[in-house]
Amino acid sequence: MKSRVVLLFIVLSFVALALFVVDLATGAVPIPLGDVWAALAGGDAAPATAKIVRDIRLVKAVVAVAAGMALSVSGLQMQTLFRNPLAGPYVLGISSGASLGVALFILGAPLFGAAAGGGGPMASLGMAGAAWVGSASILLVIAAVSRRIRDIMVILILGMMFSSGVGAVVQILQYLSREEALKSFVIWTMGSLGDVTAGQLALLLPAVALGLGLSVAAVKPLNLLLLGEQYARTMGLDVRRARLLLFLSTILLAGTVTAFCGPIGFVGLAVPHVARMLFRDADHRVLMPASALVGAVVLLACDIVSKQLTLPVNTITALLGIPVVVWVVVRNKSIA
Amino acid sequence: MIRIEHLTLGYGGRILLDGVSAAIPAGTLTALLGRNGTGKSTLLRALAGLDGRRGGRVLLDGRDLDRIAPPQLAATVAFVTTERVRIANLRCRDVVALGRAPYTNWIGRMQAEDAAVVARTLAAVGMDGYAGRTMDTMSDGECQRVMIARALAQQTPIILLDEPTSFLDLPNRYELCTLLRRLARDEGKCILFSTHELDIALSLCDSVALIDPPRLHHLPTEEMVRSGHIERLFGSAAVGFDPVSGTIKIEKQFDKL
Repeated sequence: MKSRVVLLFIVLSFVALALFVVDLATGAVPIPLGDVWAALAGGDAAPATAKIVRDIRLVKAVVAVAAGMALSVSGLQMQTLFRNPLAGPYVLGISSGASLGVALFILGAPLFGAAAGGGGPMASLGMAGAAWVGSASILLVIAAVSRRIRDIMVILILGMMFSSGVGAVVQILQYLSREEALKSFVIWTMGSLGDVTAGQLALLLPAVALGLGLSVAAVKPLNLLLLGEQYARTMGLDVRRARLLLFLSTILLAGTVTAFCGPIGFVGLAVPHVARMLFRDADHRVLMPASALVGAVVLLACDIVSKQLTLPVNTITALLGIPVVVWVVVRNKSIA
Repeated sequence: MIRIEHLTLGYGGRILLDGVSAAIPAGTLTALLGRNGTGKSTLLRALAGLDGRRGGRVLLDGRDLDRIAPPQLAATVAFVTTERVRIANLRCRDVVALGRAPYTNWIGRMQAEDAAVVARTLAAVGMDGYAGRTMDTMSDGECQRVMIARALAQQTPIILLDEPTSFLDLPNRYELCTLLRRLARDEGKCILFSTHELDIALSLCDSVALIDPPRLHHLPTEEMVRSGHIERLFGSAAVGFDPVSGTIKIEKQFDKL
């Protein structure tokens, strides 16, 4: 590997580490970096401080790292699979599937007389479960249909139409539901890294780790897919298997993150472009770890900003992500 | 070698080839000729295992195409399509390295031997000076040659190329076809390429396969020139084929227009 690439990885790792610590220090109550370190290392910090750092902020920062990596890697995969710079983790309807699940859970249940979304750990886990089931079932439907379809562009269009249709159903549910239920649904759509409990982290981390493992297994197929599915097939790639591998890893990565944190926009779309610009390489053996690392850095930074402004993280990722995408698209006309 | 038996091909609702048989031996360079829309690309894609057939069998080096697993198929036949690959950040060297995919491990790790093959094939197409250039900075002809180097790096006994000369200027066309002929003769490869260049096909190729829907004529070049198929298929009111010189002539009355 070239020294430039190695240097970039080292620098980015340090940036990620620094932002991780700053993220622990930032919040409603600012905590000095020294106290953060003491709380983490088990030194003499005030019990309240130690509790905030270890039980609340540490979980949130770990979620930010995992979500940043998961969304960026799945975005990179979708961009290569569809050979489309505007593809992202949500291109196949993961977020609309998740919002359908959550909408049915929060908005639909009261319609049928059941009480849900009232708060409490069971409700939030149920919400995540509903989101996960929603996104996974949408993606499985698309994966099943795509087995019969040769042209990847047709699958892209199907995915987009499918999400629009699901979006319409979600709107119907919103229209029919009560105010309180509607508000908790809208807040879910704004995304949040802070609602994940330590217990849920025990579900989120293994799922993301498994998804990343599948992504690593897809590195060679992804490199072959750079030349398009047709060329990839002539070089020995089983395209159906590769698609299935990529769909499964996207369910695990983007599906899980969306289930627990809500739809977080633009990270998965913009970060792979930033990684390509920094590393100037198209090889997924470099781009995949690069996207993961940049994704962690970006989401940690967004989390810090969102905590300081007390705004939903989704608004920050969109406001930071859109200029990046515009800049990349205007600057290099051909992207891949 | 490529052997096709009672092959039937179609595109949409049309039958392009109906029950044709032919054998193209190793060590020969064969041009695939035919008018627009007669199924040259469809035939090449069928031979590469990309598209299905309506009937018949394809035998590659004696093995039935349908029974060859994808990785083995990639080590048997390489294909250069007409698709343009213009990807930013993707270096020529990396494109050619992808041709080693059938031989590398799960993550595509290149061994010293693979790197040597990549360097050799890039040199063979005259692109060794471009190894570090990215695909978006090169001309169509240069991209085409890199894609051919990638096919060579697959080290297959059979190479199929769909209109490889279409983006090249005259000297480059002859150079490329001379290179293909050298590969066929020296390395015993079976090379089949589609083209619209009658003069190149007739002057450099060992044999010519001519699509005359729904039939396929496959003859040694000399015999093809004498057979009368070419003037029948390519002749029109405006142009005629002169079998003596092997060239196309514009008919007099159109010359004056």
